[in-house]
Amino acid sequence: MSFHIEKIAELARLHLKPEEKTKLEKDLGAILSYVEQLKGLDTTGVETTSHVLNLENVYRPDEVVVSTVRDKALKQAPQSEASFFKVPKTVDKES
Amino acid sequence: MSEYFSLTLKEAQKAAREDSAGVLASVRNRAAALNPKINAFVRFDAAKAVSQSGAQGLLLSGIPIAIKDNICIDGWETTCASKILKGHIPPYDAAAVEKIKQAGGVIFAQANMDEFAFGSSSETSAHGPVRNPWDLERVPGGSSGGSAAAVAADMAFAALGSDTGGSIRQPAAFCGVVGLKPTYGLVSRYGLIAFGSSFDQIGPITKTVEDTALMMNILAGHDARDSTSAKMTVPDYTGALQKDMRGLKIGLPKEFFIEGLDPEIEKSVRDAAEIYRKLGAEIRTVSLPHTPHSVAVYYIVAVAEASSNLGRYDGVRYGARMPGKDLKELYFNTRSEGFGAEAKRRILLGTFVLSAGYYDAYYRQGQKVRTLIRDDFQKAFKEVDLILGPTTPTPAFKIGEKTADPIAMYLSDIFTIPANLAGVPALSVPCGFAGGKLPIGLQLMGRPFEETTLLRAGYALEQELQLFKQKPILS
Repeated sequence: MSFHIEKIAELARLHLKPEEKTKLEKDLGAILSYVEQLKGLDTTGVETTSHVLNLENVYRPDEVVVSTVRDKALKQAPQSEASFFKVPKTVDKES
Repeated sequence: MSEYFSLTLKEAQKAAREDSAGVLASVRNRAAALNPKINAFVRFDAAKAVSQSGAQGLLLSGIPIAIKDNICIDGWETTCASKILKGHIPPYDAAAVEKIKQAGGVIFAQANMDEFAFGSSSETSAHGPVRNPWDLERVPGGSSGGSAAAVAADMAFAALGSDTGGSIRQPAAFCGVVGLKPTYGLVSRYGLIAFGSSFDQIGPITKTVEDTALMMNILAGHDARDSTSAKMTVPDYTGALQKDMRGLKIGLPKEFFIEGLDPEIEKSVRDAAEIYRKLGAEIRTVSLPHTPHSVAVYYIVAVAEASSNLGRYDGVRYGARMPGKDLKELYFNTRSEGFGAEAKRRILLGTFVLSAGYYDAYYRQGQKVRTLIRDDFQKAFKEVDLILGPTTPTPAFKIGEKTADPIAMYLSDIFTIPANLAGVPALSVPCGFAGGKLPIGLQLMGRPFEETTLLRAGYALEQELQLFKQKPILS
């Protein structure tokens, strides 16, 4: 197995300090070697587990209900305006 | 007269009917005196607690309860003991919290834990480590270490924990208290901050098995807001408690009595099996042949789910935000600054096993082996009603002992992870002391939704051993 810590960190939206990178690279290497044991197991024809008790999908009627959660949640957000979360500009205007 | 705080939940019900102010004051003072030593609570506010209590004559009227810091309480900062969720105030109650409030319970404290429940020792908390009440130099287990330590130290009559790979049972064992991981789907996960969604369950940590049954009468039941919540009729768990074990078949899995298991723990668990035999149960040896791979499966599948669940912490909607020149930099800054070392380790590992080119080899294979482990349980439960083994391979270890070696830490959950992989219920009950002073727990696992059988067996042992009467010495 091989992995590029920088690439994974980029995917996970994490900047790693040099000392963090060394330690995490070592830890991940050790954990991935440990889980190698699964490769030897014969799982031909075995289904994957998606729900432990094979629960069927659950549907509910699509009904409009009153909720106050939005306003309370927005009030606690790092930055909000009207009924929106506010973030720095993501798209530059065409010049 | 003994102080109210030392009562069991069952005893406190009566005491609170007669003197609810006295009961609350006793626990509050106890918590205030001991928290600086044990660090079981990240926040506790007796003034808020007083304002909640009111309704009389309910199951938990006037009873102070602690809630793990990953279970949302409306209007109370809830952070999963992390830095990244600092300032996060949930706009609603978790279903379990709602139920405790409806039963008259006094929610007064939020229990310390490993950050995002990532850990087996409660050392990864952004609020500093929790200490084991039986030995302050040792860990209380994790991730619900604050919940277990609080109950063991009489700082709460009961606490809620959550269990993804053993996070209720392992700390319950280390702290000499009772912890139940219910069947997946029995207790609503609505308002539980997600770690591994196909594993997570909320459950109680209490002083006795009878108290666990009392709590389950309150917590169990269908909730439409959790799509994995099971539709079923909830039995009366307290009604199931009895000492007679006749007719029960109990299996000892040979894979759980292995090299590395502490000899005192092995003896204690085998002695308990002998007690069950005397009480009328039939004891057999069973095999769960794929369970030795449980830790490997768990550290693929659970971290994959965790990395996905933690994708939402990006500084946009809740908790802390570290500014950046654009949105992408804001994400990076918030996450790099906000997550602790173990969270980063699991996010990276989960991201890797889910990434293109590796998904089949790791995640898919992990989910297949998970099926094999579930099949092992199904087969075993055709032969026996309960599976009995140790909860942990060793008693509580020293603070700092395993922090440098993630695999050594992960292996402390080797006996608890299988129940999460299979979704079956599992109960940890105190069964002795190692070296005369560190609690030992045994684990009973049952068929899905047969908590009544688990509790019956847990109760029978507890009545024989009476270990709940022994308390840590805390001046």
